[in-house]
Amino acid sequence: MMDRLGTGRLGRFLVGLPPYAWLALFFLVPFLIVLKISLSEPSAGAPPYLPLWDWDETGALAFHLTLGNYATLFGDELYAFAYLNSIRIAGIATLGCLLIGYPAAYAIARAPTAWRQSLLLLVALPFWTSFLIRVYAWIGILKSEGMLNALLLWLGVISEPLQILQTDLAVIIGMTYSYLPFMVLPLYANLEKMDLTLLEAAADLGCRPFKAFVAVTLPLSMPGIVAGSLLVFIPAVGEFVIPDLLGGPDTLMIGKVLWAEFFDNRDWPVASAVAIAMLVLLVAPIMIIQNARTKAEEAGK
Amino acid sequence: MASQTTAAPWNDPGAKPLIRFEGVSKRFGDFVAVDQVDLAIHKGEFFSLLGASGCGKTTLLRMLAGFETPTEGRIFIDGVDMSAVPPYERPVNMMFQSYALFPHMTVEANIAFGLKQDRLPQPVITDRTKAVLDLVQMGKFATRKPHQLSGGQRQRVALARALAKEPKVLLLDEPLGALDKKLREATQLELVNIQDRVGVTFVMVTHDQEEAMTMSSRIGVMNSGRIAQVGTPVDIYEYPESRFVADFIGAANMFEASVRQSGTDQVVVNCPELAHDLIIAHNDMLPEGTPVTVMVRPEKVAISRDKPAEGLNWAQGVVADIAYLGDVSIFHVRLESGHRIEALQTNLRHTDERKLTWEDPVYLSWHPANALVLTK
Amino acid sequence: MILYGLLILAYAFLYVPIVVMIVFSFNASRLVTVWGGFSTKWYGELLHDEKVLDAAWLSLKVAMTSATVSTVLGTLAAVVLVRFTRFFGRTLFTGMVTAPLVMPEVITGLALLLLFVAMEAVVGWPSGRSFTTIVIAHTTFSLSFVTVVVRSRLSQMDASLEEAAMDLGARPLKVFLAITLPLIAPALLAGWLLAFTLSIDDVVISAFVSGPGATPLPIVIFSKVRLGVSPEINALATLVVTVVAVAMAIAGRVALKREQPRPQ
Repeated sequence: MMDRLGTGRLGRFLVGLPPYAWLALFFLVPFLIVLKISLSEPSAGAPPYLPLWDWDETGALAFHLTLGNYATLFGDELYAFAYLNSIRIAGIATLGCLLIGYPAAYAIARAPTAWRQSLLLLVALPFWTSFLIRVYAWIGILKSEGMLNALLLWLGVISEPLQILQTDLAVIIGMTYSYLPFMVLPLYANLEKMDLTLLEAAADLGCRPFKAFVAVTLPLSMPGIVAGSLLVFIPAVGEFVIPDLLGGPDTLMIGKVLWAEFFDNRDWPVASAVAIAMLVLLVAPIMIIQNARTKAEEAGK
Repeated sequence: MASQTTAAPWNDPGAKPLIRFEGVSKRFGDFVAVDQVDLAIHKGEFFSLLGASGCGKTTLLRMLAGFETPTEGRIFIDGVDMSAVPPYERPVNMMFQSYALFPHMTVEANIAFGLKQDRLPQPVITDRTKAVLDLVQMGKFATRKPHQLSGGQRQRVALARALAKEPKVLLLDEPLGALDKKLREATQLELVNIQDRVGVTFVMVTHDQEEAMTMSSRIGVMNSGRIAQVGTPVDIYEYPESRFVADFIGAANMFEASVRQSGTDQVVVNCPELAHDLIIAHNDMLPEGTPVTVMVRPEKVAISRDKPAEGLNWAQGVVADIAYLGDVSIFHVRLESGHRIEALQTNLRHTDERKLTWEDPVYLSWHPANALVLTK
Repeated sequence: MILYGLLILAYAFLYVPIVVMIVFSFNASRLVTVWGGFSTKWYGELLHDEKVLDAAWLSLKVAMTSATVSTVLGTLAAVVLVRFTRFFGRTLFTGMVTAPLVMPEVITGLALLLLFVAMEAVVGWPSGRSFTTIVIAHTTFSLSFVTVVVRSRLSQMDASLEEAAMDLGARPLKVFLAITLPLIAPALLAGWLLAFTLSIDDVVISAFVSGPGATPLPIVIFSKVRLGVSPEINALATLVVTVVAVAMAIAGRVALKREQPRPQ
């Protein structure tokens, strides 16, 4: 069989094999191993888990399968709380990005054409600098003896320093800050494409500017809002660095919990179980939503 | 034009066609794009595939180029079965609708590209590139990039590139579709002249019937995957074989009728829309009562205030609409039955004393030889 | 007017933290809020910190290697997705290409580390955490981003260009090299830069797959930052921002120059 490019079976095989094999070995197989370890019993040795099967003294194959790690997850409220808290914090940060990013994207899309590229570049620029360093910058600003408190004290707004660092608020600020470009770029792409005569038509039909925005611009920019929100929410919900640096000991997020189980408690089986639970309860729904969205977009074309 | 300078090999039963489609079908899933097409195209022809969008004409062309594989049937070029021949080994070249000029190469490099694939020696490549560029009068633009050219210039480069390899067949996919009207008309004649000079067989896909009529030696009219009729422009226009072709090419007045009497060279039909029977030249005997369609072109219908002469078919009505187009006027005449007939009149004089106007009672008439009886 | 006010506020939000950091990198005092006079001593300290320099060099090597490998693999994957409409396991392949985009980094990191541990136990390779393991890990997750970028460019490309090349006698491989590749080159470059940035910036996955012998720069910074604010990091941040800004300015110039000579 020939396809449109005229490449034969062999050519297609040679093109497809490297990425296919790479992803199968380094992406698919690792998850099977995670699944396997999540069903193993923890041990004090190295590696810190027992094999799933071995041969006992009589030479018979013996399985050591346990659901104990999952029982731990569902038995301890900490995990459920961390899961819900991750969704809550990521959700608020997404909203924050939307509130700051929408007017910014709108303003750029309506700015003179000659400026747009530069304005957009200014939004994207921080993305190319180190993420870690940008999060770190907020420590200096938010801590009790930091810039923000100094400023507020000097202005007389507050009489003693606020505790912002090591709270959920600091994590939300850090996330909003880090992921803002992800919101602005798709929103801009959407708003820039919009046919401005639609607004003229709305005005012509007697619609005031604000009403026209609500009735025309906002609904038409929905795909941009959804795309941007997903781009922010997805990395935010599994985030580790921001809650670790800006959050406090009681800022529980699921990524941080996995990290702690693995590095601090050296409990590989439970960390694996957390990973599998995240896959099923978080990643799978997101992928389903993403798929539905791409399908809907393709159908809409 | 081409039709005048070329003999008519398609009328010679002994002639071997250059291209032959044998029962070719193409299905995309459930959709039948091309349905059982048999077609023979001869050397030196300028053959057009004409049809509305989605009729399968482009798919047919792409199968000839090798970009699509027929689901059924076979295609022969110069007697060779093309089934197993990939596009890069076929003796055909294509001029694409979008021109498909390589944006990262100069005009020269675009044209030399095909020659380089044949590993021709450099001097030959240089000479041939220059020759085809001169042929399309683009010699001055050899070192430009495609984006530095106008639409018409790009079109010429695309033509030159496809001709450079001296293919047995040149395929043209809506070659003039992207040009504006004036340029298109000028280019139509030029394309025909170039074809005359290089003597390559051209197969063109177009949805523009005027373009097909002007340029082609023969036209294949396509309708939902099938070939509705193949013939010279005159055949197609004057002697359409079906209602579809009559309606698709040019304007046509059509009436439903039934055969009353059939002779060796004419039939008498009864037409409920008209007050009386019509006499129409026809060579085949048709049984009485056969339902037929009568077709007469607007320019074959004369319009007058006076009753027409004996021996003509005629009808009576009032002027319902007049479309003044400058060179001609089209009169829409409403018959008593409510049926409308179009009549086209050339505006020979600046002013006409006896100018017809709305609601004038008029007679329409046409000669029996100028109408057709369609049974399909 | 209000709109532009909001835009300026958004830019302020984006840039104030960076500016603050830059200013304080020249602060003689170790304290963040107290200005102790202008000094460049933190830069000096930074440039003599062997650990930081080694880590930076490793990060650079890892980023270049993994960006290159993932550009090659990602481009192949994009070609597969755009051009081969039907083949065995297409759904699985599409899933594997898109999943890393939505996968929390902690999961990818954990999974890869467990793979490396298992492989070492079974086949004896890779031994320990090293340059190799970091490159493999970074390639795996940046490959998907490259695929997205190249895929969109590839599907926007006029398909008749490739057909034209084939029609003129070029075989598929030749078509790819002479036509497709030059035309998608900007996407390859963008993909490479994206992969490079993702790699050089990555903390979480590196934390899992790096080891004592091979510590990339973000891990060094991360462990310093966890201990508190340090002016040395401010200096490092300033250097990073400067390099990026200069690179962007040059890239912008080049892009502008390319677009200008275009009559009509």
